[in-house]
Amino acid sequence: MSAHVKQKDASIPTIPVKARLSRWFGRNLIRIYAVFGFTYLFIPVAYTFAFSFNDSGKSNLVWKGFTFDNWKNPCGAPEVCTALGNSIKIGLLATIFSTILGTMIAFAIGRYAFKGRSSSNLLIFLPMATPEIVLGASLLSLFLVFQINPGFWPTVIAHVMFCISFVVVTVKARIASLDPRLEQAAMDLYANELETFRKVTLPLVAPGIAGAALLAFSLSFDDFIITNFNSGTLKTFPEFVYTSAARGIPAQANVIGSAMFFLALIIVIAGQFVGKRVKVPK
Amino acid sequence: MADASSATRGDLRLTRITKTYGDFTAVNDLSLTIPEGSFFALLGPSGCGKTTTLRMIAGLEEPNVGSIHLGATDITTKRPYQRPINTVFQNYALFPHLTIFENIAFGLRRRGIKNVDADVNKVLELVELPHLAQRKPTQLSGGQQQRIALARAIVNRPALLLLDEPLGALDLKLRRQMQIELKWIQREVGLTFVHVTHDQEEAMTMADTIAVMNEGEIEQMGSPADLYDNPETAFVANFLGQSNLIKGRIEGTDGDNLVVDLYGQKIGMPKNRSHAVDNSIYAGIRPEKFRISLVGTPTRGNTLTGGRIEDVSYIGVSTQYQVMMPWGQEVMVFEQNDDGVAPFDKGDEVVISWEPNFTFALRGDEDAEAGTEVIPEDLDEE
Repeated sequence: MSAHVKQKDASIPTIPVKARLSRWFGRNLIRIYAVFGFTYLFIPVAYTFAFSFNDSGKSNLVWKGFTFDNWKNPCGAPEVCTALGNSIKIGLLATIFSTILGTMIAFAIGRYAFKGRSSSNLLIFLPMATPEIVLGASLLSLFLVFQINPGFWPTVIAHVMFCISFVVVTVKARIASLDPRLEQAAMDLYANELETFRKVTLPLVAPGIAGAALLAFSLSFDDFIITNFNSGTLKTFPEFVYTSAARGIPAQANVIGSAMFFLALIIVIAGQFVGKRVKVPK
Repeated sequence: MADASSATRGDLRLTRITKTYGDFTAVNDLSLTIPEGSFFALLGPSGCGKTTTLRMIAGLEEPNVGSIHLGATDITTKRPYQRPINTVFQNYALFPHLTIFENIAFGLRRRGIKNVDADVNKVLELVELPHLAQRKPTQLSGGQQQRIALARAIVNRPALLLLDEPLGALDLKLRRQMQIELKWIQREVGLTFVHVTHDQEEAMTMADTIAVMNEGEIEQMGSPADLYDNPETAFVANFLGQSNLIKGRIEGTDGDNLVVDLYGQKIGMPKNRSHAVDNSIYAGIRPEKFRISLVGTPTRGNTLTGGRIEDVSYIGVSTQYQVMMPWGQEVMVFEQNDDGVAPFDKGDEVVISWEPNFTFALRGDEDAEAGTEVIPEDLDEE
């Protein structure tokens, strides 16, 4: 019996080294590819982060030594925090207005049949498809025609305009995945229209709205082209970085950039965590 | 448990309801009374208007014409949340962001009831799932979600509970089990249940009264036994089980019986089982009511001679024969396998016979195929 087993063991064919190697590659190719892909994506971020610790002095192009000074004093460089403050203020206002308006539009398009619904749906996409440079330039001329001087509020208005489309698209996707029977069930269970919206519709669409708001903020915070046309003498953070590039970007810009990156990362991870707990069943 | 409204109780009356969507008439001049405390089924194929009827009762649709009364109260135009009516939705529609406890408490809280614990726990006991109170709906199996959907509705003690194909998403075995359970719960809580389904077996298992709907109208209403044994239309005869419909003429009467000619052979049937309007009829006999015997053996009751067995299928509890009659029609005969093996073979010359009391007669101008083309199990009204 045991002899029989032994004989069987010996008869198992061994796989040649070459075939084993190619199998290993076959199994791990996607991982190798992923490592390259992520390296490509994150080298600029890592560079920015590393140079936020550079003891640079005026220009932050060459590594001159490690220091925490930039992180201890992020407002150290002239104007950097004024510009950051402007960007945050504009970003928050643009986010609030575009999220409210965009959510309302998304509900209208996503939930109600009305004349011109499909054309509204199409028009909403237009600002996303139009080159920013064109939008920025024509907005400026429009403001000038109405004798509005470029500055803080024109910039906010411009940002709300291009953020709305993204909010609508994001929220609409969430509404589309929402089973209308859930709202009918709420009404059936003695909730009037307002209660149904507050207790069922809004909580279920909320992750979509939150995602849209984050998107709107990052779009607004990041925007340079449209802002540059409409901000006048006001300087936002991207404009500050752009203008200082000529004479050397201070390391504080890297500090703020890195901080924004990690803040976004935390928000996304937290969002994933919450999102896992509130699932919309298909 | 707190009643949704003790004032509006009583029978549900639909009076001459019509509902159209553009050119399509979903429900056509429908009148219906559902007695308080009954288990009532609306049965019909996809698109027959049964779900639309249910949604109008729930308040999710409004009829174009007609009125809906609950007891003495006209609820035709009341909003869904103003009616003491709750629904168990198809696919359950549990709120995914709330726990099972909060799902069940939803209706109670909306009605301003502060202390909901006792009611919710009691109904969780009733559906035998008290240990799931703190779970989310997505963590439950289909059968569990179904019970929670039921619990969420009955906790409100509505005057009327509507069930929209509630068992459609469950597998066959679980469905059978839930049918019995639903019936038990209905007796236990004593509420009026209105159940919409396309599954005739489900309707017959659970309901006291069934209304068979077709193309927006009620074909026939009655107890499951009434509908099966004495259908009034070809649609009902074919949709509930199977029927042999044989073209014939009423030749005369013999006491309480009619004498009917079926392709030259005379049979008898009770007068009160004829729904014909003139002499032209379809004589209907259920396949299991037929007896089958070889030519030359003695027979009882009505007899039709000249049959030849075309096909035999042995299916365990019974054997199904296709018998070709001399006028070129194949009839179905189900024989219980209670006397050994199937005794007849393909090609045997046979006589079929049955008790005259099992015969029913339909109008001769009906479409004998009505209700046969729809395979109710395969259709889903969505």
